[in-house]
Amino acid sequence: MNPVKVSNVTVAYDRKPVLQEITFDMPEGKLIGVVGPNGAGKSTLIKAILGLIPTASGTVDIYGKPYKSQRKLVGYVPQRGSVDWDFPTNALDVVLMGRYGHIGWFRRPGKKDTAIALQALDKVGMKEYASRQISQLSGGQQQRVFLARALAQDATVYFMDEPFVGVDAATEKAIISLLNELKAQGKTVLVVHHDLQTVKEYFDWTLLLNKRKIALGPTEEVFTIDNLQKTYGGRLSFLDTQLDPSHVVQS
Amino acid sequence: MSYGAWIMLTGSLVGVTCGIVGCFLILRKMAMLADAISHTVLLGIVLAYLVSHSLEGIYMLVGAGIIGLLTAFLVQVLHTSGVQSDAAIGVVFTSLFAFGVILLSAFAGKVHLDVNHALMGEITFIPWNTLTIGGMNLGPSAVWMLGSVLLINLILIFLFYKEIKISSFDPAMASAIGIPVMFIHYLLMSMVSITTVASFDSVGAILVVAMLIVPGATAYLLTDKLIVMLVISAAIGVIAAIGGYYAALIWNISISGSMASIAGLIFAVTFILSPKHGLMAKLIARRSIVAEQS
Ligand SMILES: Nc1ncnc2c1ncn2[C@@H]1O[C@H](COP(=O)(O)OP(=O)(O)O)[C@@H](O)[C@H]1O
Ligand SMILES: [Mg+2]
Repeated sequence: MNPVKVSNVTVAYDRKPVLQEITFDMPEGKLIGVVGPNGAGKSTLIKAILGLIPTASGTVDIYGKPYKSQRKLVGYVPQRGSVDWDFPTNALDVVLMGRYGHIGWFRRPGKKDTAIALQALDKVGMKEYASRQISQLSGGQQQRVFLARALAQDATVYFMDEPFVGVDAATEKAIISLLNELKAQGKTVLVVHHDLQTVKEYFDWTLLLNKRKIALGPTEEVFTIDNLQKTYGGRLSFLDTQLDPSHVVQS
Repeated sequence: MSYGAWIMLTGSLVGVTCGIVGCFLILRKMAMLADAISHTVLLGIVLAYLVSHSLEGIYMLVGAGIIGLLTAFLVQVLHTSGVQSDAAIGVVFTSLFAFGVILLSAFAGKVHLDVNHALMGEITFIPWNTLTIGGMNLGPSAVWMLGSVLLINLILIFLFYKEIKISSFDPAMASAIGIPVMFIHYLLMSMVSITTVASFDSVGAILVVAMLIVPGATAYLLTDKLIVMLVISAAIGVIAAIGGYYAALIWNISISGSMASIAGLIFAVTFILSPKHGLMAKLIARRSIVAEQS
């Protein structure tokens, strides 16, 4: 069964349509990159799938059921800039938040949750920083904490919003090896990505999005100059100079 | 207990109760909404009196709770339909408050409450307004009211601690994992409402905002742990209350005014000297960065 089935989803902010009639199935056990220009609706797509914003029409199924009954199967990494990193808390505490969905009302994270959270921090190379105040972490370290929190959710399908933005080279490597590890465990990961240079290297499948779905499929089939032109429109001229043709599939 | 001791106890209870709830207002960047609620609950108090013909605490708390929630709800509705949030707060705040003032003046003869008292509070009269049950004098009723509200707040924060924490830090993640973020929001707004009403008699609607915001804002500068922030904020509330009482005695000034001023003074000193986020620390850090670069 498909981990995620999006059918005919339309989203509008103040009657201004942001996503139009999006329909696609996500294949299981793949790393899927989502690309599109700024304001294309990439974050909105994730938020709509997770029920964080109302949809004007359409349905989303996670393993054949509505999201509400499948929350525990889904992990989420929001854009790093979406939270206040001056909040008085430390790295371990943030990762423990990944356990809250499993803990239930009126209970505190226990020893087992702390062990899971520490293990997740270890996986992203941040164990020594467990008790570090989050405002004192670098951008890359904050991003790793967010990834660790998603790992602590112990999900089957992951949605990550621009995890590679503003991180150092070491963090980028750590993230990509983590993604591959998740894939090896049979998990499905959808990643909003901004760097067209690395799409072919990182992702098995690619979703090209600009308000509408331009294309979805195996990267070598859909990541073509033609589709990029449709996605980025006139802005592709600047892409030409940025993009080494060897990174794009020639059609 | 002596007259002065009762006043200090009352002031300290105001400080602790406001200080704790205030931390969440600071973290959620909702000082403005708290300001609005602290005024609109006046309408709740008047309505509660007109319905129940009693000035007993429980009616006041229920009335204030309902109007406080109504305030938060109306602001939310206006905001989601496209009005900027500070404008939404301004509109709701002034309309409901004005309605409260009108009712109060229209029924002035019947309501034993005057606008001045509601706005400024009168902590000096607190010790004489006592609670008696079965002929036993149990001390000032304000102390009982504040104590009950503090207890209710502590129980709610204890029960919903992790939900309040995650929905303050990362509301998107919180609702993704099924935490009812809006319920938590209204829960906190109810706590603000009943806290305000319980503090009304002592410090009034204007200074209660100072007691809600200033200790939390100060504590925010001093710690990196939420639970420590709550404790520091409560402690600052107590220091402001006791310090304010003595300052008022010495200079013969308004007790509640001097409580709020002491809180403001503590904030100012912290803002300049705080080792982590203070002005001095930032200047020094900036200088050392410049020094490193050159
Ligand atoms: N809360 C919001 N209210 C109104 N418009 C929004 C809101 N969030 C996003 N938008 C608009 O929706 C469009 C898509 O945004 P987004 O999904 O964040 O794009 P992306 O993540 O692809 O850069 C943009 O035009 C943006 O301005
Ligand atoms: Mg985005």
